[in-house]
Amino acid sequence: MIEVQDLNKSFGAKQILKGISATFEAGKCNLIIGASGSGKTVLMKSIVGLIPVNSGHIIYNNDTDFLEIEDSGRKELRKQIGMLFQGSALFDSLSVEKNVVFPLNMFTNMTYKEKMNRVNECLERVNLKDANKLYPNELSGGMKKRVGIARAIVMNPKYLFCDEPNSGLDPQTSIVIDKLIKDITDEYKITTIVNTHDMNSVMEIGDYVLFLYKGEKYWEGHRDEIMNATNQQLNDFIFAGKFFREIKEQNTKRLSDEKNK
Amino acid sequence: MTFFNHFGRYVLLLKSLLVRPEKTSIYWKEIARQMVEIGVGSVGIVVIVSCFLGAVVTVQTAYQLTTPLISKSIIGSIAANSIILELAPTVTVLILAGKIGSKIASELGTMRISEQIDALEIMGVHSSAYLVLPKILASTLMIPLLVIISAFLSIYSGMWVGEFTGAVSKEDFMTGAIQYWIPFMANFALIKATTFGFIISSVSSYYGYYTEGGALEVGRSATRAVVVCCVLILLFDYILAQLLL
Ligand SMILES: Nc1ncnc2c1ncn2[C@@H]1O[C@H](COP(=O)(O)OP(=O)(O)O)[C@@H](O)[C@H]1O
Ligand SMILES: [Mg+2]
Repeated sequence: MIEVQDLNKSFGAKQILKGISATFEAGKCNLIIGASGSGKTVLMKSIVGLIPVNSGHIIYNNDTDFLEIEDSGRKELRKQIGMLFQGSALFDSLSVEKNVVFPLNMFTNMTYKEKMNRVNECLERVNLKDANKLYPNELSGGMKKRVGIARAIVMNPKYLFCDEPNSGLDPQTSIVIDKLIKDITDEYKITTIVNTHDMNSVMEIGDYVLFLYKGEKYWEGHRDEIMNATNQQLNDFIFAGKFFREIKEQNTKRLSDEKNK
Repeated sequence: MTFFNHFGRYVLLLKSLLVRPEKTSIYWKEIARQMVEIGVGSVGIVVIVSCFLGAVVTVQTAYQLTTPLISKSIIGSIAANSIILELAPTVTVLILAGKIGSKIASELGTMRISEQIDALEIMGVHSSAYLVLPKILASTLMIPLLVIISAFLSIYSGMWVGEFTGAVSKEDFMTGAIQYWIPFMANFALIKATTFGFIISSVSSYYGYYTEGGALEVGRSATRAVVVCCVLILLFDYILAQLLL
């Protein structure tokens, strides 16, 4: 579980995060949604400490305030964190296999064979076989994301962060990646936080959804509640597309019909 | 940013390198890899540059020494001294600054903007130590070696060019080269090369590591790294000459 309390962050005079509080529970897919530039990436990177914040608390597992522990403690905590970056952030100079094995080389004393077993296990988990020797520039966007996920889970993290896992992917591949994230979360009981502006993802995997609007929390709740939410900005965001707007209209019509009966 | 901002952040970056490595064996491997990339990877350009430097300095010295009153072997003395004091340790290194500096800065800059450095940090790796320290150590070790190669090659090429053009015979050239030889000159050249090796790797790492923005800024960081390295090399060339000669 990760608890964020009253988080504030400014770049110069521009305040990007305005008093964000939220609880991200273990074993759930926690989604942060919002338009581009609403502060999703800044929030996520603040939670993992890549961006220093101005004030607030970030509490991992009920005990450690991430902002108050010193550098060595952070490094320890980070070994329990896996992160998938928006552009996948694979190491260009290393093959797929070397990318995934990297944390194992750095932090474990496993034998070569044990490491390779673990790497292949993770690559199979993300449905990537026979790609071990390829280099990042030989992979498609979807494959890169999968390698990124494999690398993020190779150390058995307790926390998984994904920044726009679907950006740049076709709808079908997006769903595969979403399902993968959801399955991994359930399987290993990880606390997962996903940034997205993809409504498909929200409807598929959003156990808890936090809606950011210009750096403020405007709404939070389960994906099933989102259809009937009354928040104006949230509705504008979700029902920007015709498809979802029509579903919404049908939904409201059905509800009022039922009432009239 | 002002000079003091840059300098302060540069010092902090260097300070951040002094941490216990997560795993020493990985750092050694990385140092070895960088030594190959920086050292072996630059031999080609050093060979080309050195051959021409030696040739040019011999021909130009011969051109200036027209009077028959001075022994021809003086050409060898002047050429060898210029090569060891200045051409090999400074001019060659200025060219290496272009090659190595831009490579380091653009590599780190790309890693920064594509979030690869963030990925390292998230894993719990000390990104600056892991990425920068091996480059500085490798460069500080390999550039003096390259300078030694450069000095020998330049003198050798100067000697042969003297012979071919008939300006001075091989034997006279070498006699002259050895005649005014002061062993401290070699030390001085190596002190310079080591200093410059450190400057090139640390300054270009600094510009690369702190790149912000996109592809355009990566190019800008690389350019800035090379320019600042060259200016600093010339500045320290003067400072060291004042202090040590
Ligand atoms: N390093 C930075 N310096 C200044 N402003 C930044 C920085 N990073 C992000 N911002 C600003 O913060 C806002 C939120 O950005 P971001 O979190 O990336 O949005 P998104 O929700 O699309 O991920 C944007 O207006 C962006 O310009
Ligand atoms: Mg973003």
